[in-house]
Amino acid sequence: MEAERHVLVVFPHPDDEAFSSSGTIKQFTQSGVPVTYLCGTLGQMGRNLGNPLFANRETLPEVRRKELLDACKVMGIEDLRMLGLHDKTLEFEDEEYLADIVHKALVELNPSLVLTFYPEHGVHPDHDAMSNAVAIAVRRLPEQDRPTVYGKAILKNSVELIGEPDVMIDIRSVAEEKLKAIKAHKSQTSGWVELMEKQLKENAPEIEDWLYRETFWTYKV
Amino acid sequence: MKIIDQKHVQAELDKQINVEVFVHLETTNGAYAGHHNTGQAVGAFIRNVPLNYERAKIVGNGPYRIGLKLQHGWVYAEGVTHYEVDDKDRLLLAGLNPEGKLAVALQISREPF
Repeated sequence: MEAERHVLVVFPHPDDEAFSSSGTIKQFTQSGVPVTYLCGTLGQMGRNLGNPLFANRETLPEVRRKELLDACKVMGIEDLRMLGLHDKTLEFEDEEYLADIVHKALVELNPSLVLTFYPEHGVHPDHDAMSNAVAIAVRRLPEQDRPTVYGKAILKNSVELIGEPDVMIDIRSVAEEKLKAIKAHKSQTSGWVELMEKQLKENAPEIEDWLYRETFWTYKV
Repeated sequence: MKIIDQKHVQAELDKQINVEVFVHLETTNGAYAGHHNTGQAVGAFIRNVPLNYERAKIVGNGPYRIGLKLQHGWVYAEGVTHYEVDDKDRLLLAGLNPEGKLAVALQISREPF
């Protein structure tokens, strides 16, 4: 990996970062690169309330807030900023308003790299609204000041549309931490974790994509 | 939340007749439904809508259906399985699918959520 000055992570839901990029983030923080995470919502409209049940619609935001803090501890993120937006509503916000929030962070932190979803390839409307805000915010900067943007594309036909990911990060050295970060988001990930642990034990090929490698597409702003 | 106790829920619903309450009503099959080929993603929620109801009923053998009769209309939820009266005295009703995921919610409170 190239040496980065500061990495800005922008996702709408607690756990988006764990699945998509916690290994990469951990490697940055381990090597002393400061990482700031703008987390849009508290995932308060999530359907998972724990199995066995341990939350309800009204207690879920607090549960997910704590899980997010735990995950950030695992990833070594010391600068977590919860934006206080409401889950499932980001696409209805004024996109310039969302971009303002990201833009402010870009100006303040001057990151060399931004991790987010790949605009229009995030499947969930909140994902796309947040990555769109990143794109607008980065575009506002003078060209020479723009950070590199790594986008995570998860449409079924993303490869068909934008080609293979051009960034492949070997995260084998922090695979355990990645699993731990995913595990921290317990209310959302309990089913996944058991599956991953089983695959890890059996050395199943799927584990390569989950825990040994993270891939991104460089987004040309 | 616990499995519905129909009598208890009916009593809680009756408590709020003809007073202004705030309602959260929600249903969803998840934003990833289309992505995972489990059908078209559908959902709706309204939160903190103030209303008065003149009658309310919980019906069925579990999952239950709940209807609130308003002066000019209705509020309806189907597939309700669990409930809780929380520490703020709010009636939280939810329908959890077999995997424990929230499929429908109807919540009633004297104060905004």
